[in-house]
Amino acid sequence: MTDPFIHPYVPNTAPASRQEMLDAVGAASVDEFYADVPADLRLGRDLDLPEPLVAEQDLVRHVGGLLRRNRAADPGRLFLGAGTYLHAVPAVVDEVINRSEFLTAYAGEPYEDHGRFQALFQYQSLMGELLNLDVVNVPTYDGYQAAATSLAMATRITGRRGIVLVSDAHPDKLSKVRDYLRPIADLVLLPTVGGEADVEAALAHIGQQTAAVWVESPSFHGALETRLPQLADAAHRAGALLVVGTDPIGLGVIASPADLGADIVHGDIQSLGLHPWFGGAHAGFIAVADDPRLVMELPSRLFGLASTDVPGEYGFGDVAYDRTSFAVREEGKEWVGTAAALWGIAAGVYLSLMGPQGMAELGETLLARTAYARRVLAALPGVADTDRAVHFREFVLDLSAASLTAPEAVAVLRADGFEPGLPLDDARLLVCVTEQNTQTDIDELAAALGAALATADKEKAA
Amino acid sequence: MSLPIAPKPALRRFHQARWDEPIVFELHTPGERGVLPSRAESGVRQAVGDVVAALPASLRRAQPPALPEIGQMRVLKHYLRLSQENLGADLNVDVGQGTCTMKYAPKVNETIVRTPDLSELHPLQDQGTAQGVLEIIWRTERMLAEISGMSRVSLQTGGGSEAIWANISMIRAYHASRGEGEQRDEVITTIFSHPSNAAAAKMAGYKVITIFPDADGYPDVDALRAALSPRTAAIMVTNPEDTGIYNPRIREWVELAHAVGALASYDQANANGILGITRARDAGFDVCHFNLHKTFGTPHGCGGPGSGANAVSEALAPFLPGPVVEKVDGRYVLDADRPQSIGVVAPFYGVVPNIVRTYAWIRALGAPGLRAVAETAVLNNNYLMKRILEIPGASAPYATGRRRIEQVRYSWQELFEETGISSEEIGIRAADFGMHYWTSHHPYVVPQPFTLEPTESYSKAELDEYADVLAEVAREAREQPEVVRSAPHNQTVHHTHHDDLDDPERWAVTWRAYRRKYFGEGATVSAAASDEEAA
Repeated sequence: MTDPFIHPYVPNTAPASRQEMLDAVGAASVDEFYADVPADLRLGRDLDLPEPLVAEQDLVRHVGGLLRRNRAADPGRLFLGAGTYLHAVPAVVDEVINRSEFLTAYAGEPYEDHGRFQALFQYQSLMGELLNLDVVNVPTYDGYQAAATSLAMATRITGRRGIVLVSDAHPDKLSKVRDYLRPIADLVLLPTVGGEADVEAALAHIGQQTAAVWVESPSFHGALETRLPQLADAAHRAGALLVVGTDPIGLGVIASPADLGADIVHGDIQSLGLHPWFGGAHAGFIAVADDPRLVMELPSRLFGLASTDVPGEYGFGDVAYDRTSFAVREEGKEWVGTAAALWGIAAGVYLSLMGPQGMAELGETLLARTAYARRVLAALPGVADTDRAVHFREFVLDLSAASLTAPEAVAVLRADGFEPGLPLDDARLLVCVTEQNTQTDIDELAAALGAALATADKEKAA
Repeated sequence: MSLPIAPKPALRRFHQARWDEPIVFELHTPGERGVLPSRAESGVRQAVGDVVAALPASLRRAQPPALPEIGQMRVLKHYLRLSQENLGADLNVDVGQGTCTMKYAPKVNETIVRTPDLSELHPLQDQGTAQGVLEIIWRTERMLAEISGMSRVSLQTGGGSEAIWANISMIRAYHASRGEGEQRDEVITTIFSHPSNAAAAKMAGYKVITIFPDADGYPDVDALRAALSPRTAAIMVTNPEDTGIYNPRIREWVELAHAVGALASYDQANANGILGITRARDAGFDVCHFNLHKTFGTPHGCGGPGSGANAVSEALAPFLPGPVVEKVDGRYVLDADRPQSIGVVAPFYGVVPNIVRTYAWIRALGAPGLRAVAETAVLNNNYLMKRILEIPGASAPYATGRRRIEQVRYSWQELFEETGISSEEIGIRAADFGMHYWTSHHPYVVPQPFTLEPTESYSKAELDEYADVLAEVAREAREQPEVVRSAPHNQTVHHTHHDDLDDPERWAVTWRAYRRKYFGEGATVSAAASDEEAA
């Protein structure tokens, strides 16, 4: 502030206020406050940054201009998932989470921030109904962290290192889990058979060193695991836990993994009322039964109901706070910090709006459109299904007999405004169908892919 | 009574909203709908049949989930009422949450990010259709590299603590790459560094050594010397520490760490007072991180989404989490082919809306603005310190008579000894005047602590108001202690009983657990199912 720089975000840049405050503290200049910063550590020049855009309109023009270089796909023509999903977001969700009171609050106490405690308690409770579990955390960062922490919990609970992954997990999630668990766990990956767990191989691998059998249902490829009860039995017989990753969006019609023997259920809540945000709106849940052996291993905050001095009044507070690194630093369970609370509030609003009927109808729509898309796409010449598993929202097409590779097919269809899916390699395409993809959209994708393959066939023939 | 109206009293007559809302489940009205999803078309149904009935029995849900059924406007009203019962930074003088940098999150940035050109983008869509956001990520990384003096930056992490995790994970990978992974099994931190430094290092497999301050409240360099050894993987420190004291020997700390082959990791959660003044790399640090939701003006969202930025030296750049954005021939592309990377720490490219807000915040202020932010945050802090220390019973332990950077860890110990009123009780009472107040991170090394961080966002008049509130509560503690002890008086709810929260038999983390434990309701019978039976 060698030169007066008055900015609307910084009220005390006003010269009169600044001088008054300097006088009040008896300082000749702000430089006195930096007495402990050695001279040889001072930057001694201006940061090399672009000129400030001090007028709002200039800032909006510049950043808005950059953002207009983006182009969101037509929702009906987007068949990309792989972790981030373009589900419909009810307007009420955005209205609530964009409120200043929620958006700009942080870590107030259960009195002046009663609203966020109740909203997050309700989020936990609504998720609990969906999952049929009594304990759900205040959201952690994302589904990857939720998976990593769930597995870390299993190692602590069992005192063992072995983790047997029996599903096709998202490769990025696996990357996170590997690095996170490096000092505490040994991970074994068992190849799937027909998209589902190879239960016989799993039985052979589960033993006295096993902390957790890890299932992803739906898997990275959208396959639902039908043999959870057998995997649960095998894990429990060996004294291990069944740890299952899922997407709660399907649980209006699909059984909660908890009802099939899962001890820890985890996943991401981006599907529940959050826009894709270029992959930037994720939050993770971890859910367990109300058993202190499990609950006391959760690193996250848990908001609980409490009575007040007034009958009929709901109060809130932190449950078992002394688990956390906030309370006892490195003696706590992993760590806790600012993660994704606002997204939890969003998911709570979403579930309040959807209700049991909405979740059941949406689940049915997703199953039906997924099955339909799979059928019409796999019926194209040269295109095949990769497995016979039941799929939810995502499935893999095999193009190895087609005249275009998966990346080539994507490139061709992008010219028609489609994002037809994610190539997993040259042969395989991961396709995602949400409620935003109507029958017409799916038929048009099939027609466009069919035409592209036919054209390529002709070109090859010529 | 007629005009004129009497002047305002000295202190605000605040009362928090009190809607006395039920829990959302109690709004259940069978048959009401909040929103209707898209249904499968008849053509789809004809082709695929009854997909739910066709599910294998092990996959089919037996009972619908016992979610409440509520009409749309009632859901809206319920949550808007809850929002009113919440005190965001937009509403209070939010200087009481020290270490958290509760600054203004500019509204124009909300306008900017709320465009379908950002919110509806899929992370795997054609990169050619996402050049704008990729350029913003790339530019933000470079601006943060300049601000830290580091070579490269990753914006992938979703908060400060996760960024701390990425720091220690990179350090672990660095030592492993040099064959020293086994040998180096200790991390050194200080008690006034954020607890996540200790906790993340422990999770990464390290033994944690915590240094306490010397007699003057400065990080104890002799204790550091004694702790360092060939087993040290890193020092992980915050500076200025959570006391607002800048470690004047920070370069010596880094050099001592380097001398034993350890790396130096800088938690820049408290960077707000030193932007453009001094930089991590210039003090020799190898890695550092910023909390974009603190220093760079993105809203805190009731506890996230936050956003972390990891900045590293050239030597550590290969270990950054990925993918990273590169500029190739004028186009922005994602590079995931980085064999030494610690891999993916979080989904895709980070908390994108916060990255765009950060970019807009830095661009609105530029270099002179960032310096004005830092200098004003420090001026505000030293001004508020003067006002607080004028309150009998308040003190600022350590570094007596010295200036502070951007925050101060104060103590009510004198007031406590005189009145028996604790810092926590003072905080609850302060909320009655519409002010946030937080004690401090545990453990309470400073007795009866509170930490105030005024940032650059609040006017002198607002800082005066905050100090006046604390002075009034301290006066009450002496003269009318029951008023403080029986607080809150002007809040949504009254004094809350915390005894049930630590007892596994009595705690209730969900509504279903509460109904089961206290009303004997079955855990598996859903409200919807019982309604159907009743009908």
